Amino acid sequence: MKEMYDVLIIGAGVVGCSIARELSKYKLKILVVEKGEDVASEGASKANSAILHAGYDPVPGSLKAKLNVRGNEMYDVLCKDLDVPIKRTGSLVAAFSEEEVKELYELFDRGIKNGVKGLSLITKDMVKEIEPHINDTVVAALYAKTAGIICPYGYTIAVAENAAQNGAEFVFNSEVIDIKKNGDFFIVKTHKEEFYSKYVVNAAGLYSDVINNMVGAKPFSVHPRKGEYLILDKDQGYLARTVIFQVPTKMGKGILVSPTVDGNLLIGPTSEDIQDKEFKATTREGLNKAITVAKRSVDKFDVRKTITQFTGLRATPDTEDKDFIIGESDVKGFINAAGIESPGFTAAPAIAEMIRDILKDAGLKLIEKVDFNPKRRPVIRFTELSDEERNKLIKENPAYGRIICRCETVTEGEIIDVIRRPVGAKSLDGVKRRVRAGMGRCQGSFCGPRVVEILARELNISPLEVTKHGRNSNILTAETKKFLLEKAAEVLKKEVYENA
Amino acid sequence: MLKYDIIIIGGGPAGLGAAVEAYEKGVKNIVIIERDKYLGGILEQCIHNGFGLQEFKEELTGPEYAQRFIDKVEEYDINVMLETMVLEITPDRIVKAVNSKEGVFTIKAGAIILAMGCRERPRGAIMIPGTRPAGILTAGTAQRYVNMEGYLPGKEIVILGSGDVGLIMARRLTLEGAKVKAVVELMPYSSGLTRNIVQCLEDFNIPLLLSHTVIEIHGKDRVEGVTIAKVDENREPIMETAQYISCDTLILSVGLIPENELSQKAGIELDPITGGPIVNEMLETSVPGIFACGNVLQVHDLVDNVTAEARLAANSAIRFIREGEFGKSNIAVKAGNGIRYVVPQKINVDNIEKRIKFRMRPVNVYNNAMLVVKSGDKYLLRQKRQRLTPGEMIDVNLSKDILKNANLEEGIVFLVEEG
Repeated sequence: MKEMYDVLIIGAGVVGCSIARELSKYKLKILVVEKGEDVASEGASKANSAILHAGYDPVPGSLKAKLNVRGNEMYDVLCKDLDVPIKRTGSLVAAFSEEEVKELYELFDRGIKNGVKGLSLITKDMVKEIEPHINDTVVAALYAKTAGIICPYGYTIAVAENAAQNGAEFVFNSEVIDIKKNGDFFIVKTHKEEFYSKYVVNAAGLYSDVINNMVGAKPFSVHPRKGEYLILDKDQGYLARTVIFQVPTKMGKGILVSPTVDGNLLIGPTSEDIQDKEFKATTREGLNKAITVAKRSVDKFDVRKTITQFTGLRATPDTEDKDFIIGESDVKGFINAAGIESPGFTAAPAIAEMIRDILKDAGLKLIEKVDFNPKRRPVIRFTELSDEERNKLIKENPAYGRIICRCETVTEGEIIDVIRRPVGAKSLDGVKRRVRAGMGRCQGSFCGPRVVEILARELNISPLEVTKHGRNSNILTAETKKFLLEKAAEVLKKEVYENA
Repeated sequence: MLKYDIIIIGGGPAGLGAAVEAYEKGVKNIVIIERDKYLGGILEQCIHNGFGLQEFKEELTGPEYAQRFIDKVEEYDINVMLETMVLEITPDRIVKAVNSKEGVFTIKAGAIILAMGCRERPRGAIMIPGTRPAGILTAGTAQRYVNMEGYLPGKEIVILGSGDVGLIMARRLTLEGAKVKAVVELMPYSSGLTRNIVQCLEDFNIPLLLSHTVIEIHGKDRVEGVTIAKVDENREPIMETAQYISCDTLILSVGLIPENELSQKAGIELDPITGGPIVNEMLETSVPGIFACGNVLQVHDLVDNVTAEARLAANSAIRFIREGEFGKSNIAVKAGNGIRYVVPQKINVDNIEKRIKFRMRPVNVYNNAMLVVKSGDKYLLRQKRQRLTPGEMIDVNLSKDILKNANLEEGIVFLVEEG
């Protein structure tokens, strides 16, 4: 008999991984099935605003409101346990006209109804004190003390790693193509293999509608809402101390200017409903819009200091209330955590708790493990160590004395570590997301070839097989002399053939 | 704390030149700190020839040029620390570095010579919209893969930017069997040397599309193509001219940026135009006793000029450790009409022995123009120049006698007069 999982989770984004970790506290057999080559490698968990929302924005009484506020509260403990940097910077919704000030009152009221703590309406002088570089045209702001910034993929990787430490299994490059209910369990099929599981949790983000409809549950649809962002050099990071929003519109919370935990400046997102779930390109119009609108908040940033741009796709549900779709579907044992758009990242740990309870109500037996370890093995960050600590480390392992990424000061030791960890890095982007090698000013021009070499060595593959982000994203295409020889052989063959 | 007379940061041509010069002038307690596994810097991957025409009166490849200096470094037994990364330098000339043998350590210098070179401008800085697939890399990275590691980064290639490294790689990749479909340049002129345009593009029938740019990158996993378009006089793309070129690789050769993160941490003032430190006639930065030469100071076209600059920096460093500070600069040097920047940015005439060399670049292409040096309304120099182009650095030598005529308050201005 094939192995039977208790819970199979589809999607290794922040929601899927948070659920896996929550369930790994219990005596359960858990499998996470992911289409991409890595955790947080394809969807919204990789590309979003990198913030923890306070929770004043969602409609009172909605799941979004409840889970946002609860999730926000959970992050301090989680980040401590999982060794993930977090900064409670607070956020501002800045009003630039009297008209907009009215909106602030409304947001404030909503926040109070949602149970958000630490909200206050502040005057221009107070805004300028908190944000000296915000434009002088600011009139007032809603200040939310509990908002913060965090690295979304860094957190997702950490949660996944801890889930794996506690026994959860992961398979990657595995797109689910069919799900069948077979009596009291499900058969989940990918291109490569089949898995059996008693329960299936759908955390497939933008594709959560496809997965839901595949199993024959009451259909719904989810569409991508595109957001384009720019990341600016660390020397622009001083321009924002908090997350600076503008007054929200129907299309979302608007374009923000925010520091990142790593000290860069983040600008974006735009908001545009599109059809193509694979459209992850930035556009001239989108980037220009992000820049123009952001300048309304802070006009001092220097666009020439842009390091990179990216597009994120929000999984916007097409339901009437636009709320998260969370619950057991009409197919018993198939549970949705679907249509998780903003504030999905903030809500993720709370969603995980909710899914746990839903599974329990659906009949899953939860027996706590005595040996659950909530702590991830701490990550070594060379830049943050004292010289004594560095010397001790280098003595034990000389690889920590070799700097591979110059811009972000990342050592060979750190890179090897993240390749060898559970749910480790397998590609250039995987390394980059874990240790920031290639994330700096030169964008991997210098360290790229070195990281390719290390990946090839650690994974015991040829450099030709090393990819940027899995699938066919190979970095190199041929060996130099071999390629010429092959070409020459082709020409010869053709000549011989033609002469014959 | 271990003390050296001179600490040289960077073991490329600038650092090597400075080390050899300092040693030959009798200062032997010196050290070169190099982050890579070998000396020679970027020259080691420049296996084409054309180096050394001025310095050695013969045509050498990059590694050959570097080797001439490396041999001397070995012969003189100059201290070299390889695979050692400098983490910090302080205004009082303490250098903190790390390697796998010694761990983190600090050393003190009588004088420091910055010779860290430059890096290439990446995609993000030029904001090309589109996807983010594999197959987008800078010309220097492509050069490393092909010449050092033995791998081809792609088979069908478009190169954006016509900087020298990009031109060299167009030829190199063609010789390795790849198809270079076009070199696309935003400006109406190339930023590379004329000889490279002839020898690397024209000789191989590779089209150079001036006043064009890449407006979109396509492909999910690997680059599948790029859309290019002509640009108007404001460098904005003309959308009607957009055309798609299929390719698996986009190589960027869109500018070099001096690597001055360390200098900035030491509080050294940078020139926003060159990206390098502001220096005086001794190539001393705004922090006394810290000197700069080579591409960390200003991006050069020819390594021979880097070596010449390195010599000056070494001699200045020696004078600093023997005689102390040089006294304040009394003449400001400015870039006027038609000139983008001038190095050095300030001078003290008293420190100049006979003459001094200024290096600069024009903002545009000029034919049969006058290169002029003025102080206030007074002309100090007028030279006819057949052709000035941003791709080729301009040298101007001024004698001490001429400089004595400069008005101290007005400073001196370099400019181009047309017609």
